[in-house]
Amino acid sequence: MRYLPHTDQDRADMLARIGVGSIDDLFADIPADKRLKAPLDLPPHCGEMEVARMMRGLAAKNLSAVETPFFAGAGAYRHHVPAMVDHIIQRSEFLTSYTPYQPEITQGTLQYLFEFQTQVANLTAMDVANASMYDGSTGTGEAVLMAHRVTRRNKAVISGGLHPQYRAVVENLSQMADDRLDILPPDPAGSEDIIARIDDETSCVVVQSPSFYGQLIDMKPIAEACHAKGALLVAVFTEVVSLGLIEPPGAQGADIVVGEGQSIGNGLNFGGPYVGLFATRQKYVRQMPGRLCGETVDAEGSRGFVLTLSTREQHIRRDKATSNICTNSGLCCLAFTVHMTLLGEAGITRLARINHAKACRLAERLDAITGVSVINESFFNEFTVRLSEDAAETVERLTERGIVAGVPVSRLEPHNPDLADMLLVAVTETTTDDEMDRLVTALQEVA
Amino acid sequence: MVNSQGRPTQPQAGSENSSGTDRPTFTGNRALQLEEPLIFETGRTDITGVDLAEPDEFASRLGGHGRTAPIDLPALSEPEAMRHYVRLSQKNYAIDMGLYPLGSCTMKHNPRLNEQSARLPGFSDIHPLQPQSTVQGALELIHELGRWLVTITGMQAVAMSPKAGAHGELCGMMAIKAALTARGKTPTKVLVPESAHGTNPATAALLRYSVVDVPARKDGTVGADEVKRLIAEHAGDIAAIMLTNPNTCGLFEPEIAEIAEAVHEAGGFFYCDGANLNAIMGKARPGDLGVDAMHINLHKTFSTPHGGGGPGAGPVVLSGALAPFAPLPFVEKDGNAYRLVETEHDDGGSHPFGRMTAFHGQMGMFVRAYAWMLSHGSDGMKQASEDAVLNANYVRAGLADLMSLPYPDHPSMHEVLFDDSFLKDTGVSTLDFAKAMIDEGYHPMTMYFPLVVHGALLIEPTESESRASLDLFIATMRDLVMAAKGGESERFTGAPHFAPRRRLDETRAARNPILKWAPPAPYEEAAE
Repeated sequence: MRYLPHTDQDRADMLARIGVGSIDDLFADIPADKRLKAPLDLPPHCGEMEVARMMRGLAAKNLSAVETPFFAGAGAYRHHVPAMVDHIIQRSEFLTSYTPYQPEITQGTLQYLFEFQTQVANLTAMDVANASMYDGSTGTGEAVLMAHRVTRRNKAVISGGLHPQYRAVVENLSQMADDRLDILPPDPAGSEDIIARIDDETSCVVVQSPSFYGQLIDMKPIAEACHAKGALLVAVFTEVVSLGLIEPPGAQGADIVVGEGQSIGNGLNFGGPYVGLFATRQKYVRQMPGRLCGETVDAEGSRGFVLTLSTREQHIRRDKATSNICTNSGLCCLAFTVHMTLLGEAGITRLARINHAKACRLAERLDAITGVSVINESFFNEFTVRLSEDAAETVERLTERGIVAGVPVSRLEPHNPDLADMLLVAVTETTTDDEMDRLVTALQEVA
Repeated sequence: MVNSQGRPTQPQAGSENSSGTDRPTFTGNRALQLEEPLIFETGRTDITGVDLAEPDEFASRLGGHGRTAPIDLPALSEPEAMRHYVRLSQKNYAIDMGLYPLGSCTMKHNPRLNEQSARLPGFSDIHPLQPQSTVQGALELIHELGRWLVTITGMQAVAMSPKAGAHGELCGMMAIKAALTARGKTPTKVLVPESAHGTNPATAALLRYSVVDVPARKDGTVGADEVKRLIAEHAGDIAAIMLTNPNTCGLFEPEIAEIAEAVHEAGGFFYCDGANLNAIMGKARPGDLGVDAMHINLHKTFSTPHGGGGPGAGPVVLSGALAPFAPLPFVEKDGNAYRLVETEHDDGGSHPFGRMTAFHGQMGMFVRAYAWMLSHGSDGMKQASEDAVLNANYVRAGLADLMSLPYPDHPSMHEVLFDDSFLKDTGVSTLDFAKAMIDEGYHPMTMYFPLVVHGALLIEPTESESRASLDLFIATMRDLVMAAKGGESERFTGAPHFAPRRRLDETRAARNPILKWAPPAPYEEAAE
């Protein structure tokens, strides 16, 4: 077995040194009637070549997004990731290191976490960011719990523009914790009156912009209304590239900003691993969940970094902790921060502009097709079109022609007939003119 | 100053530079050890390391939501960025460099076949919401991985979506709460041994359960009698017990089956923290021990890399009683096709309690774990567990005469726990001892955990270490113990001497948190 260094002779010598007769003597505490007598009913070990062949076989049964015109978004986006990013995250020193509990020999991890926190805080225009959450959806759940802690209330108001699966995560957590929720109905047009739902018991309002349907939301009046009632505004995004071009949530009065960072540095990976971004105001820092990296000095006065404010965390506070979260998405936030360092201000701004420009062009062309209409007043790189038939069927038919046309809203909102003809279409810098032509032609033929 | 766990909260005063024979350099560098500033100090906002063409003129559809202020994000060109991150990487310890004996973390070798597999475009470049007909291979892999996990653990079902161990705990406890609710029960308490990971009580609290501590016995295990006593004391109000097995003292809980039975009789469920599964693959199955739910840290036992703290993956295996409550989504096999069930549907049998996360779980980790499992097979996994346990006991045998074993009556499983009584009167703390290990080229073991012994040192060598590697480690540890007992306290209290940084001031970091880079203050302000 190539991963196990011992020979049988080693094992025998080591057992002798330990002073036991057989390996099973070391398992003596397992009750005799509970010991496994037969081998596990699984195949025997395999060589590297055979495993590689099996993995290639499984991978070949999937249609990868680079092989085909591809317009699926809804919280996960196909972007170009610079080649350098994967090289860096595969370096042994980053890949095979643990959470930086021994800061003197993990300054590499700690410094990139500090840089990551600063990038996220600047991008969202907030004071502080943590060193990453699992993803945007679980981060949103954590944001609601944090708002409950800050306000000492337990009712969250959820916008109908929030990603339905993010909403489901929040619903599940709230239901299990006996917290209250006021969920607004799906809001494709971005026209809901969420301010009317805020009252003296509201802990927070959760609003996504760009919304699940692509609509950009003016959060300033919502923030003002929240603050007037002592509630917090939780601002959510699923496409972090949008922050290169649109007014950041921090500048609109958000108290907690949470979003999905996958688009920068991280591949689609069928939905995970991704990287949750989480930022807030300085005054709430001690109520934040998750790891935080802070600057300090060593015994000689040299600058260094450590995990800090750990008295918020489960390994110290146990049942009084701000969250049960233990690990973070270290390597995914490394991928994020390397890509963001390559982009910088000029790069992220231009990347966002390209995404938006291409989306504008495609929206215009789709809107011109009979039986297809773009419902958004505003959008960034994803918008909703209304078709003249069931959107899921359209997607299936276009898939047969080798085009992934987008995500039918009904896939995430299956019980709502009003949404059955809606299709989410995402465009990024990777979308070529040829891909757009093929989508337009195909929709003209089926619509 | 020490905290409640006996851990110093700031570096020892007066740590004179014992490496002072080294001449200071002009740059602060030491040959291969290169100082590296922050990107905010060297980067510029007017360059970029990515070439992107400015789009042609177009009519914006931002609807007045455009950004009004600069972001303040510096960039580095590609060669500068490469150097920045490579230099940072060289300040990190890693499994690929040496023994990483962090107890409870299972720092085993990370095969590169797994990395290569996860990067096949058919896995890495597929979208979670593209039509299911175009991702049959991915669904098959998830289904097969689930089958392996269920077989290894002897359980009935598996929830694949949790993103990490703690998230899996939350998932398992939610399934328990949902099952209790379905029975019309609303107990309020969860039994948690004192030796448990902090995530266990934190998880219970998230579900608004109150925690009842279960004290450990003198031998480091949990007694069925004590559990029964607590169940009687809180009659009718126990939702579950959260027990780690093998436990965090590195011991197999000998009365586990009896404990499970007692909890079940009281109408409760048995949550098992599966962090230590690496000790028992092919030797015992949690399903045979009465476990109802157990998370599996794919990044530990199945070697998807730890990556500096994540990403992990925490699928949860479930008993028959909890299987119907497994969360969305899940994969079903339908003839030769695989179907992803993402929303509630009426099939009568299942009552998913809800959803843990958007999408379907940590696919990238699933690929790696499955490659690891296929590589090991039934025989290799059993051998891996046996070697992990052998290695821990070999380290124990090599150190037991010099260090102090709080629980000598049981064999260790895959990790061995020492306490700090061997350091009594030496002036050296567990923390000092750990920092001296750094100077010797080792990552320290887990310190001050579990909380049930004073100054804990928890060593988990894993099956990846050769006998020669373990012999060298044992010899080094023995040298260090002798040095501590011999009064060489400066070797410890000033350590580490040779790491990229001397001991870091954690108290200062927490007292005045600097969590984000800010430009240096102007001179007058700084001089106040």
